[in-house]
Amino acid sequence: MKLRILSVVAIAVLLAACSSKKQETAATTAAATPPAAASPSGPAPDSIEYFNSVVGNVVNFGLDKYDLDAAAQSKLKGQATWLKQYPARTLTVEGHCDERGTREYNLGLGDRRANAVKAFLQAEGVAANRIKTISYGKERPMCVSSDEACYSKNRRGASVVQ
Amino acid sequence: MRNALKTFLRAAVVALLAVVIVAPTAHAEVRIDITRGRVEPMPIAVPSFPGNNDEMKQMGKDVADVIAKDLERSGLFRPLDQKAFLQELSSLDVQPRFADWRTLAAQALVQGSVEQQPNGQIRIAFRLWDVFGGQQMEGKGYGTDAGNWRRVAHMIADLIYSTITGESGYFDTRIVYIAESGPAINRVKRLAIMDQDGANHRYLTDGSALVLTPRFSPTGPEITYLSYFRNVPRVYLFNIDTGRQEVLGDFPGMTYAPRFAPDGNGVTFAAALNGNSDIYTMDLRSRRMTRLTDNPGIDTSPCFSPKGDQVAFASDRGGTQQIYVMNADGTNPQRISFGTGKGRYGTPVWSPRGDLIAFTRYATSDGNFYIGVMKPDGSGERLLAQGFLVEAPTWSPNGRVLMYFAQSPNGGRAKLFSIDLTGYNQREIVTPQDASDPAWSPLSP
Repeated sequence: MKLRILSVVAIAVLLAACSSKKQETAATTAAATPPAAASPSGPAPDSIEYFNSVVGNVVNFGLDKYDLDAAAQSKLKGQATWLKQYPARTLTVEGHCDERGTREYNLGLGDRRANAVKAFLQAEGVAANRIKTISYGKERPMCVSSDEACYSKNRRGASVVQ
Repeated sequence: MRNALKTFLRAAVVALLAVVIVAPTAHAEVRIDITRGRVEPMPIAVPSFPGNNDEMKQMGKDVADVIAKDLERSGLFRPLDQKAFLQELSSLDVQPRFADWRTLAAQALVQGSVEQQPNGQIRIAFRLWDVFGGQQMEGKGYGTDAGNWRRVAHMIADLIYSTITGESGYFDTRIVYIAESGPAINRVKRLAIMDQDGANHRYLTDGSALVLTPRFSPTGPEITYLSYFRNVPRVYLFNIDTGRQEVLGDFPGMTYAPRFAPDGNGVTFAAALNGNSDIYTMDLRSRRMTRLTDNPGIDTSPCFSPKGDQVAFASDRGGTQQIYVMNADGTNPQRISFGTGKGRYGTPVWSPRGDLIAFTRYATSDGNFYIGVMKPDGSGERLLAQGFLVEAPTWSPNGRVLMYFAQSPNGGRAKLFSIDLTGYNQREIVTPQDASDPAWSPLSP
């Protein structure tokens, strides 16, 4: 007795690219905050808390970018000034990315961003041996909503002072 | 008992020879062509294997269940409901009443047995029947420790699959992946391993260090992966059997994106120095390192061709991240991904058959991610799966199925999925926790 060959349906084309285009507004709105004198009730000027909240420890990047815009440069100048004032402090610069890239590419991009921050601080006179870098790619976001407002916050270089 | 088995084995050998002789006809009949897209699953009967004591009876039930589930998940077979069966096959020597199986529309029948041997070992044996032709297509017996029954069941399923499709199977394999837990901003990630059907799940790391991107050795029980152990991201080697771990090489910067060479004696990876990532290989025997790229762009995600003569990788040297292929010595890099519109391509993974490269694509036009395949010269691009974030394709060892992970927006669930190369038969691979970065093992030796 003959077996029937199973029916086969031809392969379908799988992709139809959608047309709607999302607007991508890479907003780097971080304002340049010049290091101000601490108010009597605020954190001590040599404290990590002061560095993080008054000097500002985070700079942001554009989509797929690792160049430092004016706001970022201004903040990093403040970081360099503070670091030179407190030479016992060392720091680790973390490079981070938004979630819209592959894991491995983002690790490379985060490394680029961390090193861009390091190079700037070095050029401002902070000794290279005080600055470590680490890339977290998209592994350690600051926020988790899937929108540009959050992505732009996650594309960052964070200076973690020890 | 022994004599009976010998008789059986002789019969099986004779049957195998007979299969070889009649194969051209039988094969052309009970056959699934899996290269042709969507296939109506073949009805197959997999009755519980009879056992020679209560324990073996239970095992025979479980063996048949594992085989049926493997075959069902492939999308190519439809195991029939056991309750409808008209004949009880009480031993391997009972001749099937093919008319009874035909009334159920079964095209193939798996007849088996599980026997405990006087020495405590077990013997699992089966015959695969072409129901309409009344011919044995395949038959084999396996002697082993009782603890190995699941593996034997997967091996039988592989043999059934390969007999009927003409392709090698992929059921006797494992998946290593990253198990995820905790909040999205501080995710705990652990290395985990399981059989391809989810059984024998266990964790290989405790979650104290962030771990990413595990990949199987093509030749041994070893994986290579990225660990942030002591807050330094480095490529590690991990022996699954011994638990032994070692860091790969001594680099001043981050090493990441590792994959084994096809002979298992080398690893290719990316290393970052002062913000620039390039591609390297290391010979695991001599520990000699070779630099393959020297470019100011980010070069990452290297993957050898199965012959070992070429390396595919991702690079943004041209402005956006695209896939390139170069010779294994780093010469002659050529961009192969172009696509339509503005697409960024990453994580190229060469098929074990060598004919295709799987990739992750991000389409700026619609903001979605895709898993797709293209030929090594960049032609014939096809997209297989789409989502908010789908990433990290890995091939079944026969090059017919891809596994990947999908992450929902807003820090939602991350899950593993498999899909046939045809783009059909998408299945979730159920894991105890959220899961990402799957890697498929070769067929177990």
